[in-house]
Amino acid sequence: MYISVQTEDFDVAEVSRQLCARRSDIGAIVTFSGLVRDRSEAQNLLALELEHYPGMTEKALEAIAASAFDQWEIDDLAIIHRVGRLERSANIVLVVVISAHRKQAFEACEFLMDYLKTQAPFWKKEITREGESWVDAKASDQQASERWEI
Amino acid sequence: MARLLYFASLREKVNSEQEQLELPQDVIRVDQLKGLLARRGGSWGEAFTASSALLVSVNQQMANDQSSIQNTDEIAFFPPVTGG
Repeated sequence: MYISVQTEDFDVAEVSRQLCARRSDIGAIVTFSGLVRDRSEAQNLLALELEHYPGMTEKALEAIAASAFDQWEIDDLAIIHRVGRLERSANIVLVVVISAHRKQAFEACEFLMDYLKTQAPFWKKEITREGESWVDAKASDQQASERWEI
Repeated sequence: MARLLYFASLREKVNSEQEQLELPQDVIRVDQLKGLLARRGGSWGEAFTASSALLVSVNQQMANDQSSIQNTDEIAFFPPVTGG
C-alpha cells in the first residue's frame, strides 16, 4: 500500500509499474486520476489551492484504504493526493488498484474515490482573475459515498 | 490545555489557525465547546451557530457534537471536505 500527500506531480504509469513490480499474479490495473477542471461559467479559472489537515489526512486515507482491502479481493493499491497551488489541467489525485481480476479492482477504485471525496480532510479554493472562493461540498458526492452502505 | 485547529473557510472566517485553550470543567463534549466558542460573538458567533454545517475531529478522528473531549485533545473544526 502506498499513500502520499504531496505537492509534487505524479506519473500514472510509473506508480502502476511500481505497484506491480516483481509480481506475476496481477491481471488487472485500474487507475483513476482527477485533474484541475475549469467549471466556472466565465472559463476564468487560474488555479486551485488545495488545503489539508496534515496528520489527519494521511490517517483518513489509510483508513479508507484498509476498508477497501476488507471488502474486495485486491492485491495492492496506491493513493496520491496533491496539495498546494495546482494550475488548470494539473493532476490532483491518483488512485491505482491492482488485483487478479478487473471487477474487484474497478469497484474498489470507485469506492476509494467516493470515500476520499467525503471523508478525507482536503479543501479546494478556486482562484480566478476576479478573486478567490472556496468550493462547496456537493450533495451528489455525499450520495455517491453513502451508496456503499459501509 | 486542548489544542484547537481551524481549517479552510472557517480558518479565514475566524481569522485563526490554531490556539491552546484550557477547557472549563463543564465543557466535556464537542457541542459544549461549540457553544463556548460561539459566545465569543462576532464571526465566532456566526461560525459556531447550532445550524452551521461544520465538521469536527477529535485527535484526528472524525467526531460529532456528542463526542467527549478533554484538555489533552487535539480538536479540529472545518467545513465539509472537497478533495479528490
